[in-house]
Amino acid sequence: MSQPTGPAFQGHARKQPAPPPDAMEVSLTINGSRKTLRVAPWTSLLDALRLHLDLTGTKKGCDHGQCGACTVLVDGRRINSCLTLAVMAEGRTVTTIEGLASGDALHPLQEAFVEQDAFQCGYCTPGQICSAAGLLEEGHARTDDDIRELMSGNLCRCGAYPNIVAAIRQVMDAQPAARDGGTP
Amino acid sequence: MIAKPTIPDLLDRPGSQIGKPVSRVDGRLKVTGGARYAAEFNTPGLAHGYIVSSAIARGRILAIDTAKALALPGVLQIFTHDNRPSLPWFDRKWKDDDAPKGSPFRPLYDATIHHALQPIALVVAESFELARYAARLIHVTYEADEHRTDLRAAKADAFTPGKDKGGFQPPPKPRGDADTALAEAEVSVDLNFSQAVEHHNPMEMHASTVIYHNDGSLTVHDKTQGPINTQTYVCNVFNLSTDAVRVISPFVGGAFGSGLRPQHQLFMAVLAATTLKRSVRVELTRPQMFSFGHRPETLQRVALGARKDGTLTAVIHEAVQETSQNENYVEVVVNWSGQQYRCDNVRLDYKLARLDTHTPLDQRAPGAATGIPALEIAMDELAAKLGMDPLELRLKNYTDVDPNTGKPFSSKELRACFQQGAERFGWHKRSHAPRSMREGRQLVGWGMATGVWDAMQGQAVASARLGIDGTLTVGSATADIGPGTYTAMTQIAADILGLPIDKVSFQLGDTNLPMAPLQGGSWTVSSVGSAVKAVCDRLRDRLAGLAAGLNDGPLKGLKADELIFADGFLIARADPSWRLSITEVMRANDLLVLEDEARSIPYYKSQMQHALGTHSAIFAEVRVDEDLGTVQVTRVVSAVAAGRIINPKTARSQVLGAVVWGIGMALEEESMTDQRLGRFMNHDFGEYHIPVNADVHDIDVIFVEEHDDIVNPLGAKGVGEIGIVGVPAAIANAIYHATGKRLCDLPITLDKILGA
Repeated sequence: MSQPTGPAFQGHARKQPAPPPDAMEVSLTINGSRKTLRVAPWTSLLDALRLHLDLTGTKKGCDHGQCGACTVLVDGRRINSCLTLAVMAEGRTVTTIEGLASGDALHPLQEAFVEQDAFQCGYCTPGQICSAAGLLEEGHARTDDDIRELMSGNLCRCGAYPNIVAAIRQVMDAQPAARDGGTP
Repeated sequence: MIAKPTIPDLLDRPGSQIGKPVSRVDGRLKVTGGARYAAEFNTPGLAHGYIVSSAIARGRILAIDTAKALALPGVLQIFTHDNRPSLPWFDRKWKDDDAPKGSPFRPLYDATIHHALQPIALVVAESFELARYAARLIHVTYEADEHRTDLRAAKADAFTPGKDKGGFQPPPKPRGDADTALAEAEVSVDLNFSQAVEHHNPMEMHASTVIYHNDGSLTVHDKTQGPINTQTYVCNVFNLSTDAVRVISPFVGGAFGSGLRPQHQLFMAVLAATTLKRSVRVELTRPQMFSFGHRPETLQRVALGARKDGTLTAVIHEAVQETSQNENYVEVVVNWSGQQYRCDNVRLDYKLARLDTHTPLDQRAPGAATGIPALEIAMDELAAKLGMDPLELRLKNYTDVDPNTGKPFSSKELRACFQQGAERFGWHKRSHAPRSMREGRQLVGWGMATGVWDAMQGQAVASARLGIDGTLTVGSATADIGPGTYTAMTQIAADILGLPIDKVSFQLGDTNLPMAPLQGGSWTVSSVGSAVKAVCDRLRDRLAGLAAGLNDGPLKGLKADELIFADGFLIARADPSWRLSITEVMRANDLLVLEDEARSIPYYKSQMQHALGTHSAIFAEVRVDEDLGTVQVTRVVSAVAAGRIINPKTARSQVLGAVVWGIGMALEEESMTDQRLGRFMNHDFGEYHIPVNADVHDIDVIFVEEHDDIVNPLGAKGVGEIGIVGVPAAIANAIYHATGKRLCDLPITLDKILGA
């Protein structure tokens, strides 16, 4: 019989805990609207979106940068919003799944995801679509294998991968510029 | 006003909607971020809970020092076994609809630690970040006992369980003398198998948001496969009336079995909300998703004997599976081996061994996904020894009756699966010798296997409300964890009443709706779909009666079966120009709405006389890198016989996804226990590998025609599970064909390929 003693599972307890940090102001553009938030600096961009702005379309699948469910576009580039502090987004332009459609008209990727049945439970879907939007913008994908490789940061436990590839392929084929152009 | 449908109520001819590849009716909500999951119902004043997990696998808590955490401004309360409110003593109060025999785990009940990562405290704070920070300041002192988490060590103490869980059938008694037949067989194989623990890991982590109302009632948003199961558990454990607890879970971010039982975040959130009289959310972390049920590790032996012509003369299948100390989790692992092939000498044995772990939990095709790969890999080995085409061996021993019971199958189009699957795959081009299909340094292998799953049905109730404008709302308290329940039910209702899809909406995930069973086991279309059909049949009958009663109307005196329902009209079969719209019929009868409710009850009598099941044939191609041992599954053809397919688009997606699960089981998924600590060491997505997009290539799904008027009025068997069963075997068999190495320990990782 041993008598381990120690912190409960995570990390090490400090002798004198640091006080919780004070909230900071952060201004950013989200889905075209200028927003100013007061958030503690330890707040991730993901939690700021979900809890402070009620933009729950961006999903939390691991909070570790391992699943891609929280993918959003920051200044047009796809990032994991769980690995980004909200205060790091000061002055940036953030696009979430809620900002992709123009009014009632869905983004072509959103249309294609519905048409190709590129999801089941729908939980990874906003991240998949934002990631696919970033992928199209990057312009590196030519083949289906490219799409598979470049979308592998977005896990889908329902296993909708073949349909995700088909949906992205459908949009790429309809936008020859995106397929042939782009920066290497 | 619950009516039983009259038999026969079979769906002879679908109308315009059943069988159509309709896009998901909730698709727009899911691609725009509008679908809200359990952790996404925000409300003013919401407090956040964070769970502290045990660092040891077995023992007791001597002390929990919460002072530093409690001292932080904004920390509201820390719940532990020391300060919890009174909780029920009787086990039955903690039971849920999926509980096996035993004593369910009770969070925060006492100081005893039963398994690693057991929840031992809940911090509730004004913000999520603060609760997380405070949890790190809690200091726990344990007294650790020896733990046993190694199934191989525990195997010696294995015992034979009884009928310890709903839906479980112990193995049938031996028939013939399998051991003697094996010893005397002209050709035989005898293989040992193992399969690692797997965790469900739906993308949405388990979460519960409990909204506390001023009158003390609760609205619970829970990640669950059954809202009523959640409600019953909350009411029993916290001594609340069902009126005071409403569960609303319209969207569930995958579950695959993990939502069949209420998980401890639900307990924690309700405990905090009722004690603090505040709305509270508790969400597990990804590592904490490894703190509850899982697909149990299983050790198996399959031995087969055959004559030189391939006729099976002996089948022996033995399995030892883990369960917890407190419950007897059981699943049907070995029975399939007595059912799949014709054989006179069969011995099946299933045992459990207790470990210091959380009770295992049904995971996609529980039992079959575990047992069938062992059987089907052994069949492949037997074919290799016989020098026979593995497909021929299966056809040689094909059976149209279930040899375990002697009952005929209600339908079994497995031959068609073999034929169509083989043709699509190009199986006849296979050169049967191992290592004979190399391309450079890539060893190409083709393997096949069969799959089987039950076709089950439970009782369910559905309500319907038809408006004078021809809009129909149907509801039942089922869930949609991803299969497309919203869409399939909408199609069934629209089909029966002849309405366009956009005039019909289906509601689920709400305990205010009529009773539905847990969503699981591929039985939702069968159970809830039959209830939807029943209630729409009643509305149809009533509309027909109302139309027939209109003395100056064109449908006067016509019976329901003399009418067609299409495009919102009641139309006489005899002369399609005799017609009335639903609106006209209701207006003429001074009705604004027509409401009804109906219960569907399985055809117990005819079902008892038959074996009911779905079947599949899977063909897989792998490429194995000879130097690195890496495996790519480059092609899979899955041919499935599952009765009528309500929606071929969403059904195909389910099978695609299940094949992906099969790839994960075959090659990647493994929760590895550090036996010194008694806990899973790879408890996140970085270390627990599920297939990613780059792991998945061409998957082709075939649904073969299968007519069945016994399984349920819809003739639809469900496709949630069948797609995974057998896939790991097809891949393992393809790896054998590619490399000449017979690998029987799942997952087949590259170290096993290089080391064999």
